[in-house]
Amino acid sequence: MPETTDPTPDGVQLDLISGERMDGLTSMEKIRAILDSVREGNIVILEAGLTPDEESKLIEVTMSEINPDGFSGIEIESYPTSGGSEQGLIGRLMGKDDDDGQKLTVIGPANQIETLHKDETIISALVSRQ
Amino acid sequence: MGLLTDLRNSISRAQAKLFADGDSEPKRIGIYGPPNAGKTTLANRIARDWTGDAVGPESHVPHETRRARRKEGVEIERDGKKVTIDIVDTPGVATKVDYEEFLDHDMEKEEAVRRSREATEGVAEAMHWLREDVDGVIYVLDATEDPFTQVNTMLIGIIESRDLPVLIFANKIDLDDANIKRIRDAYPQHETVPLSALEGDNMDEVYSKIAEYFA
Repeated sequence: MPETTDPTPDGVQLDLISGERMDGLTSMEKIRAILDSVREGNIVILEAGLTPDEESKLIEVTMSEINPDGFSGIEIESYPTSGGSEQGLIGRLMGKDDDDGQKLTVIGPANQIETLHKDETIISALVSRQ
Repeated sequence: MGLLTDLRNSISRAQAKLFADGDSEPKRIGIYGPPNAGKTTLANRIARDWTGDAVGPESHVPHETRRARRKEGVEIERDGKKVTIDIVDTPGVATKVDYEEFLDHDMEKEEAVRRSREATEGVAEAMHWLREDVDGVIYVLDATEDPFTQVNTMLIGIIESRDLPVLIFANKIDLDDANIKRIRDAYPQHETVPLSALEGDNMDEVYSKIAEYFA
């Protein structure tokens, strides 16, 4: 999707997308941009994540695009973990909770991500080539 | 947002409870969760206990439930409280479906492909029900599995964002490696009820919580 370096046949492209870039898109444009990139075999990293409603639609659209000959779906992980119970009082008062989508999110093609793990401080992805 | 959102959510839930008493329309309670958590086993247990009928076939094969099924007018009475609900048993939610996983369950490729196609439609259907058509959620987790998955996190987030009342059921407590505390710790903001839908363990508490929560 974005104008990053040309992907080499043996490489895996990472698209790090700023919150500012996503802010200018509608929900469906965001989902389309993510899935178009992931279906090309890229790993998408969103600086600001998606809202719960957008995540719901992402799952729904992903399901509609799965086909046995190629695309088997996505892997997705977000940081920080949801629940919001560990956020500081100031942050909550300022509205910096998950509803604002302020969560680093990694999305990739399910058939290329062999392991995608997260704990409190790290998201680890082991990505194989297409 | 933040604390104000929490406050607003609490008030709206309290209002929903207060004004629901005179409402005779049954609540649609969606049974959600990842594949193989025991959702249909639970739906069948509840339906059989209170109506005598089952909701759908149970299986250890993932995505056995590929269409949302509704059992209407299930009347549950506990501790002087009575609630009438429609149980909506939904397909397990996932972000990926690979037909090859069905080949491990003695299926031919053609059958596996068909099943995976139906499974994807089922997941999309479940998401649509969640956004449009349920009044409350029973979220079923396999207590032997790690609850900290992105699918669980996203779904709980979606449910919370829609202000739907939710009970978390830690299922399969009859198994040795069940860990109820891990589920309670994962979602401390919600009530967790341990049970075995298969064995019928702790169903008294299950029905008390349903009557209390969805009244």
